[in-house]
Amino acid sequence: MAYPKDFKYTKEHEWIQVTGNTATVGITSHAQESLGDIVFIELPKVGAQLAAGKSFGTVESVKAVSELYAPASGKVTAVNDTLNQTPENVNKDAHAAWMIKLELSNPGETSGLLSADDYEKYVAEEK
Amino acid sequence: MLNFQITQLLNYPITQLQNSIMRYLPKSPADREKMLGNIGIKSVDDLFSPIPAQYRLTRDLKVPRQMGESEIIDYFRARAAENAEGYSFFLGAGAYRHYRPVVIDALISRGEFFTAYTPYQPEIAQGTLQAIFEFQTMVCELTGMEVANASMYDGSTGAAEALLMAVRVTGRKSAVVAKTVHPEYREVINTYVQHQGLPVSYFGYLENGRVDMADLEKKITDDTACVLIQSPNFFGTIEDVAAIADLVHKKGALLVVSIAEALSLGAVKPPVEADIVSMESQSFGVPLGYGGPYAGVLATKEKFVRQIPGRLVGQTTDQNGKRGFVLTLSTREQHIRREKATSNICTNQALIATMATIYMTIYGREGLKELALQNLSKATYAAGEFAKKGKILFAGAPRFNEFVVQTKDDPKQINDRLLEKKIIGGFPIGRYYPELGNATLWCCTELNTKEQIDACVQAVGQ
Amino acid sequence: MSNQDIKKATRHISQNESLIFEHSSPGKKGYRLPPLDVPAVDPQKALGTAARADLGNMPEVSEMEIIRHFTRISTWNYAIDLGMYPLGSCTMKYNARVNEVVVRLGGLAEAHPYQPEKTAQGALRVMKTLADCLLDITGMDAITLQPAAGAHGEMTGILLMHACLKSRGNPRKKILIPDSAHGTNPATAAICGYAVENLKSNEQGMVDIASLEAQMNEDVAGLMLTNPNTLGIFEQEIHKIADILHKKGGLLYMDGANMNALVGKTRPGDFGVDVMHLNLHKTFSTPHGGGGPGSGPVACKKILEPFLPKPVVVEKADGTLALDYERPQSVGRVRMFYGNFGMHVRALSYIMANGPDGLRQTTEDAVLNANYIRKNLQGHYDLPFNTPSMHEVVFSDHTQTEKGIKTGDIAKRLIDYGFHPYTVSFPLVVHGALMIEPTESESLEELDLFIDAMKSIARECQDDPELVKAAPHNTRVSRLDETAAARKPVLRWKP
Repeated sequence: MAYPKDFKYTKEHEWIQVTGNTATVGITSHAQESLGDIVFIELPKVGAQLAAGKSFGTVESVKAVSELYAPASGKVTAVNDTLNQTPENVNKDAHAAWMIKLELSNPGETSGLLSADDYEKYVAEEK
Repeated sequence: MLNFQITQLLNYPITQLQNSIMRYLPKSPADREKMLGNIGIKSVDDLFSPIPAQYRLTRDLKVPRQMGESEIIDYFRARAAENAEGYSFFLGAGAYRHYRPVVIDALISRGEFFTAYTPYQPEIAQGTLQAIFEFQTMVCELTGMEVANASMYDGSTGAAEALLMAVRVTGRKSAVVAKTVHPEYREVINTYVQHQGLPVSYFGYLENGRVDMADLEKKITDDTACVLIQSPNFFGTIEDVAAIADLVHKKGALLVVSIAEALSLGAVKPPVEADIVSMESQSFGVPLGYGGPYAGVLATKEKFVRQIPGRLVGQTTDQNGKRGFVLTLSTREQHIRREKATSNICTNQALIATMATIYMTIYGREGLKELALQNLSKATYAAGEFAKKGKILFAGAPRFNEFVVQTKDDPKQINDRLLEKKIIGGFPIGRYYPELGNATLWCCTELNTKEQIDACVQAVGQ
Repeated sequence: MSNQDIKKATRHISQNESLIFEHSSPGKKGYRLPPLDVPAVDPQKALGTAARADLGNMPEVSEMEIIRHFTRISTWNYAIDLGMYPLGSCTMKYNARVNEVVVRLGGLAEAHPYQPEKTAQGALRVMKTLADCLLDITGMDAITLQPAAGAHGEMTGILLMHACLKSRGNPRKKILIPDSAHGTNPATAAICGYAVENLKSNEQGMVDIASLEAQMNEDVAGLMLTNPNTLGIFEQEIHKIADILHKKGGLLYMDGANMNALVGKTRPGDFGVDVMHLNLHKTFSTPHGGGGPGSGPVACKKILEPFLPKPVVVEKADGTLALDYERPQSVGRVRMFYGNFGMHVRALSYIMANGPDGLRQTTEDAVLNANYIRKNLQGHYDLPFNTPSMHEVVFSDHTQTEKGIKTGDIAKRLIDYGFHPYTVSFPLVVHGALMIEPTESESLEELDLFIDAMKSIARECQDDPELVKAAPHNTRVSRLDETAAARKPVLRWKP
């Protein structure tokens, strides 16, 4: 599985792509595979303040709900509304289906996250 | 006719039960021996060794001895005879005596309906699922809402759950409830909200029996999640739902309308302006049964569907494109969300909802209207007759099949008089509304004949 | 497709039957009212703007079509009357027919809850007699029959705990719940305003006593325990558990869902439980009805008695029964009226049909049946815990996952063999769980057919995994698209 090199990853299977002070967040391909068919995604509103490591929403499949954990702290500047109508986009291409965009309050925070290689190793060990 | 007292039937010491034969248990002594041998143990008591010795019961339970079927029936026949049977009847107040077409029991007594489990395995539960889907549809048609769930315990817990749902939807943390909502509903709401940090305030009513809108306006705040009213209300009066909705919505709150007498929807305009409707379905073919089981239902707008508690049945297709039904949006529920669930409800009232579905089908579009009109006519006639013997309160606003009469005499004395004539009179409401003095709530349904009404009015007047 | 090993079921003729609305057309009628004997009211005049114009798309069908419609769709259901439900912790036992007769007797079926008490003595006597029986069965001091179902009973029980602890000065903040618990447990605790703290199970699948000791403090109101637990295992250290809680002023709540393993053999009140609920629709045979109604009485020790929901049925000096509302410390009502009386009647009828010997034999047969299944499926399915099983046994799909087959697939293939599936993927402490509870209502013949079916499916998992993965094959509808149902919910018919 190819995990994009320019993303960073959390142990809870979120990815974050950082450009300067802003970031884009989604869940990994491994996450969508474990969840199965995604039926609903609950995301915060624009303007919400997120704290790193805390839940910012949920992803639902038919039989399970998973929390989404913020990879970094910041303010939500954009939310991908298309996921409302077509949550299956995350199943189709999890790394392209972004969920929220953030204005980072502490850009240094993300240095502690996993690189693509480390994440791939982590996933392999989990299995 | 046998009259069992529990003490007559006790048999405390352990009875010799090596080969106890009980007709529900499909195993012979030989079967049990075979199984013990297969498992490799001497006696079934070996299987109970995990229970510490000091806690193992060494005596019989103090329950009546095993009874033959005819004895059981005799026992309950005796109990039934101790309840007034064959009296004429004027009680309503949240539970209504309507005729139950025989087709209902003929159908729900089928083992495939009443001994079936919750439809978690849809391939072998399409009967239950389709019946509930039809129930959901009919409830929407009658209440004017867009989605309905597959039933709550009853109208009182339904109202409480509707309130909690409004809190989830709006994010606000208080509620305003009309004093004309059934007193027991209000007690239940209080029990449900007391640990959720949810203050509830109440608003009063006017001389015409309708809610006091001026009082309501004073009580709504920016933190009000919803306003709860009942229509027809506890006095039988029909509220001006549109006007109340206007006020409530202007303040950013939701309107929850509770319906205790579902049959009113046959004649009364449905509360389409409401955001959530909580309805008790007992009127639709459910026996009075001394208070339960009944079935509540919540109905609401599509945009709130993910906050609705309880089971939902949805339509879908199978792998061959065939239409079928499944429980859906289960992630709202306790078995998945656990502590974050919309409610802790698991078992609902599916069989009762099925009774209601069959009832609504039997009467249908024209029958519910005709039946409601009969109720309206009977109650109007009765109120007219009672007016000659007492004061009919809350004139000036429309009513359905209940009305309140104020008398000089104490309602309890009147009811005692009526009992001697084999009449069960109305419900004295002074204990809940002391300001109304000697007031009684009377109900007339299609089952009250003119003779009964006339006889009752005469007996009251004496 | 190898269906030769399927002994119990064959394809059956099942009609196609549309929705009732699709049979409807104007002018068809399924009812006949007696003529009105009072002047007819003009609704427009009487109700004014509150009058309803039309009942929209409500159906119009004849009685014949109604009978056929519901009869046909009923044949699409599996039911206890047709065969075994091995569902764990559901206790799908025989729903006796005499129960259905007695509950329909006029004086009981037509009693209004507000009838004057002197005209409701029969109903009150039924409730009092049932209450007395349940008190002896549970070993408790007081009981309420008001809650409408198990979850409702749980809520009532936790409210009692809260009120009791509050009266002692501190209602406390947390409730401990084992990770093996049913979902209603944490959901209920949250509704009552308590935070939920998870309690680990040990390697034998029982409560980890060391963890309990560490987590028990003055912030914890109590522990919600199911006993036997959802693995079918009896908590052998139950006295230690109760002691740890009581020493720090906490209370022990027992979820009574698994009482079918205990009735007549032991009593929760004797082994340290302070408050518990019963599921009349499980242990006491009241019918499931496709998802309810249930009934969840709550029994408790004397210390909790003052807080019971009101009213309570009491016996007066003259021997008559009454409803007592003078209960100043009551937690209030949990529902209107007095509870699901129809279920009280059925439960009492069940107790009378059994007597003390029948009840005990029932429990013994339930535990015998579960152990028979355990003995004969061991080796074919992975058994995660060696600890003795009571009335239910939990296997896992570990062996079968090597071929890519999960417990849900095995469950679906079991349908082709003529059985309802066991409980899938629960309890959560076992990955890929198969939770099996046969109950006492199964004959040796039915148990052997079940065991044969499960063994055959285990073979199929090895030899023909695709067959199992695509099951069921013999049902009227094949696997339904639950994803589409959740993504784009269609919750009603539209014309």
